Amino acid sequence: MTVLPDHTEKKLGLVIDLDTCVGCHACVISCKGWNTENYGAPLSDQDPYGADPTGTFLNRVHSFEVQPEMGLPQLIHFPKSCLHCEDAPCVTVCPTGASYKRTEDGIVLVNETDCIGCGLCAWACPYGAREMDGEEKVMKKCTLCVDRIYNENLPEEDREPACVRTCPAGARHFGDFADPDSNVSKLTAERGGMDLMPEQGTKPVNKYLPPRPKDTLDTDIDILAPLLAPVAEEPQGFLGWIDRALGKLDGKKTGGA
Amino acid sequence: MAHSQPQLDLSPKVSDEVKKTTCYMCACRCGINVHLKNGKVAYIEGNRDHPVNKGVLCAKGSAGIMQVNAPSRLRKPLKRVGPRGSGEFEEISWDEALDLAVSWLEPIRKSDPSKLAFFTGRDQSQSFTSFWAQNFGTPNYAAHGGFCSVNMAAAGIYTMGGAFWEFGQPDWDYTKLFMLFGVAEDHDSNPIKMGIGRIKERGARVIGVNPIRTGYNAVADDWVGITPGTDGLFILSLIHCLTQAGKIDLEYLAQFTNAPCLVNSDPKSPDYGLLLRDNDDKTLVMDRVTGKLTPFDQKGVRPDLSATYRKAGITHRPVFHLMADKYLDAQYAPEAVADRCGIPANRIRSIAAELARVAFDEAFELDREWTDFRGETHKTMTGRPVSFHAMRGISAHANGFQTCRALHVLQIILGTVEAPGGFRFKPPYPKPPEAHPKPHCKVTPDTPLDGPHLGFVHGPADLALKEDGTPARIDKAFTWENPMSAHGLMHMVISNAYAGDPYKIDTLFMYMANMSWNSSMNTKGVMEMLTDQDENGDYVIPRIIYSDAYSSEMVAYADLILPDTTYLERHDCISLLDRPICEAEAAADAIRWPVIEPDRDVRGFQTVLVQLANKMGLPGFTNEDGSAKYENYADYIVNHERKPGIGPLAGWRGDGTQAGRGDTNPEQLNKYIENGGFWVNHIPDHAQYYKPWNAAYQDWAVGMGLYDSPQPYLFNLYVEPLRRFQLAAEGHGDRQPPDHLRERIKAQFDPLPIWYDTAPDNKGSEFTITALTQRPMAMYHSWGTQNAWLRQLHGRNPLYLPTNLMRENDLEDGDWACVTSPHGEITVPVMHMAALNENTVWTWNSIGKRKGAWALENDAPEATKGFLLNHLIHELLPPKGDGLRWANSDPITGQAAWFDLKVKIEKADAPAEAQPAFPPIKSPVGTGPKTLKWKVGK
Repeated sequence: MTVLPDHTEKKLGLVIDLDTCVGCHACVISCKGWNTENYGAPLSDQDPYGADPTGTFLNRVHSFEVQPEMGLPQLIHFPKSCLHCEDAPCVTVCPTGASYKRTEDGIVLVNETDCIGCGLCAWACPYGAREMDGEEKVMKKCTLCVDRIYNENLPEEDREPACVRTCPAGARHFGDFADPDSNVSKLTAERGGMDLMPEQGTKPVNKYLPPRPKDTLDTDIDILAPLLAPVAEEPQGFLGWIDRALGKLDGKKTGGA
Repeated sequence: MAHSQPQLDLSPKVSDEVKKTTCYMCACRCGINVHLKNGKVAYIEGNRDHPVNKGVLCAKGSAGIMQVNAPSRLRKPLKRVGPRGSGEFEEISWDEALDLAVSWLEPIRKSDPSKLAFFTGRDQSQSFTSFWAQNFGTPNYAAHGGFCSVNMAAAGIYTMGGAFWEFGQPDWDYTKLFMLFGVAEDHDSNPIKMGIGRIKERGARVIGVNPIRTGYNAVADDWVGITPGTDGLFILSLIHCLTQAGKIDLEYLAQFTNAPCLVNSDPKSPDYGLLLRDNDDKTLVMDRVTGKLTPFDQKGVRPDLSATYRKAGITHRPVFHLMADKYLDAQYAPEAVADRCGIPANRIRSIAAELARVAFDEAFELDREWTDFRGETHKTMTGRPVSFHAMRGISAHANGFQTCRALHVLQIILGTVEAPGGFRFKPPYPKPPEAHPKPHCKVTPDTPLDGPHLGFVHGPADLALKEDGTPARIDKAFTWENPMSAHGLMHMVISNAYAGDPYKIDTLFMYMANMSWNSSMNTKGVMEMLTDQDENGDYVIPRIIYSDAYSSEMVAYADLILPDTTYLERHDCISLLDRPICEAEAAADAIRWPVIEPDRDVRGFQTVLVQLANKMGLPGFTNEDGSAKYENYADYIVNHERKPGIGPLAGWRGDGTQAGRGDTNPEQLNKYIENGGFWVNHIPDHAQYYKPWNAAYQDWAVGMGLYDSPQPYLFNLYVEPLRRFQLAAEGHGDRQPPDHLRERIKAQFDPLPIWYDTAPDNKGSEFTITALTQRPMAMYHSWGTQNAWLRQLHGRNPLYLPTNLMRENDLEDGDWACVTSPHGEITVPVMHMAALNENTVWTWNSIGKRKGAWALENDAPEATKGFLLNHLIHELLPPKGDGLRWANSDPITGQAAWFDLKVKIEKADAPAEAQPAFPPIKSPVGTGPKTLKWKVGK
């Protein structure tokens, strides 16, 4: 019902490195803080000190356990926010035009004054990336900190999304995917960055870097074994080895004398 | 609908003002930019210039805004009017509160200052609070280190003159292999995340050793899901493999450690096991150049690791001989330890080989010339790019001291400590153990204590005993039960005070320590001790004063509450005299200052201590004419001098240009504020590594006021003070341990690291599962629960069970289980987790809350489904049948052995609430609002 732009000049988005995300939720709370105070209505909280606290978050970290066929189980921390899809179904489903994708940079936003709170967009998003605010009854979503990234009141180095600026592990990267030489394009190419649920046909802009292979050490034992060859079989032999080894070091120190 | 888009203001005003201070949402002490609008906190972000966090900030830090507006904040001093534990108070004025406190404290000070027990919890002002206690005259002061990580700190200092976290860090610039053992996430919070991110970016590897694969272990390249409490055995097996293969740095061992120092090896000698010394008390080594005995520190000495020395019929063997004897033994072979550690032998060998490969095959040279303490100049610095970090996981066991020691020995034999790529100290460390104070405990009425309370003992003569041999301190620190208890034993204070053992006290004064809940073992028992009355109807612990900013569970158990400010409303100093925030390449300290004013009638606790001191005229706070030296804590921070020219803050001293040493400067706090709340002074390049032996570093440290003279020293692979206690236990010397402790001291005070199993003392054959807690990265102790944002991340804490235990007990997610230890029983919800050691269960720390506390509703999940493992842990071990009760603590340091908890598990019917459940306490602050739409700007 709402039309997507044919083309965007830039494709701004995030690269999230699942190899280094420790699941600390720094991005979640930094996002909550910035977006409560800034773009649109505050991200409200219902029953914040009671039985069932439910607040609006634009970014959440989910954790999944994975049991490989061989080897040890793994835990993957998976931060998730709007992926600013090129074919964003949340936009096309919007009955009022409140949801839109910016032509300049591809950021998907909600114009809160036009949002009627019908929730169709949240239903259409296959990623569950939109949340209806419990107080304001408008749809909230990641803005990619559109009010930071161009903000001339911020020092240039701070013109990046709050989640990226705060991430302690450096697992989040922001940039322009339309530029093949950008940091995010390069990282995606080098590390095999992946689309989330590509079968949905949404063409997400954000990319995820997969975890590196894990628990490989004991498979290398044949290569590593020679490193542990005993220098002597008996304790006396060991002391003899020390003597010889120190003798060599003395030699080095005194220029071979 | 055709595409259209509104005009956006892309450059909205961010804030009216940014004030830079130091975070206190956990112990990490990051720099923060506090954005203010209309004088209110609008947004908090990390300070890019700050040495600790360099701009990043964790979830806790960003949620500080919800701490500052938390409904749980106390508002006014409170005086108890109902029975203890009821939470019934009346609000009183500060004048009344201070007068009441002084009316209790002043008579004690005049008659017997030891009747005051003053213990501070997560206090970041220990050099100040200890100064106050010292001037009051009580020996009964400590902070919370004894129940936190004293094993790690003490083992580090005794072994290598520094420890992890606050005293040192991995060399993130050059390390290629980082091995991490069980970590309390806030020690160190952001720096470890930053470090792991940085080293992974350049392809370095991370090995995580932890029964639980979460957090850092989830991103580790290799996860070692060790059986809890066996880390020491695993490490000794690594040492075995490396020693056997000769993959040890002999040059480093010979030059920089006591491996070549000579040990009296005659079992009949009264000096058996002690190091051979000259008349100046310097340890002696055999010199490979001359073949003669010589002090270790002489110019040109090449200490020998293998030659022995015979004198007066007594053979002296180098420490390294003893190490070879011990660690080459087959009991430490991977095959011998694999089952016990829950790690396949092959994997242990692989890890040892990888350590060897990286330390030696990937060694490198930094092109930096340096001169060592013997006067020898080295053209380069040799890098050994293997680094380690550990914290409470290996520390909070009754074998933790020796385990932490073992880890340091592993670091040292690889030659990695203070080598590029390894582990680096942060000023004021390195510092030899002998340069620390010894404990002081001489009590004189109306007089300050004879010196600092806490310190490092080097033998029986240094214990804090009274003339009759009984403990001088209420917590029995520095006694035969735990001689090297460098941080005191906060976890024993209430039970000892209640028992009147070693003596009765009058007033218990605590700060930031939730002792009636998550900060105590045997929580229910502690509540009873705090409320129990004697036959006259008086409380057994007569008076309790407590200071906290929030309505914690402990508030209800005090008679007088001194409400503290939040961290954004106060002055603090993060001091080099205390727990520094230095980096390996720089000295640094920092302040907090009131970036907002409190909207309640509360005062910073440290200022309240100054006010109490002034009312009592405590000597260190009073001028000769009787007037007060300091008006408040800020005044103390600027004007106090510990020694002439050395004060709490090292920056901008004197005329504002002096660093480290210098006169007081009235403009000092303003200088800190102008600079973003912190001060940094860089260590010169050629002084950056090999600091304990690097003459340039030693000179820099003297100039900075860290030492008064250069203090080069050798690392103590062999810790002689331990041997002195063993000698006493063997019957030598005047100060003798009680007979029941002799065998334990002989066995466990081995001067070379050993491992012993703590399971039998905890009935491990009947209770076969270890139960652990972990702190979530987004929560700090009990504080997170009152935070509207953070509690949405971690509002529930199921008990996580591994696959085998879920199956054996026919459990599914959401079921409940009864968990039993030798001490108690809890009934709690369970959840499956596969990436878990198969003999381990765990839960998040301190999520469970008492109804009525923290301004939560009574039906909050923290209070209905949340739970503490503390109910299962006693401060004493289960009875052994010898008629004695032994402390659930490390026998060397007294560290609380939280992680020795053994349990069994059985499926249970779902109760209405997690058990045990306690009745609500009356809240002095009520509960929070039903909705939050927080926005301070419009």
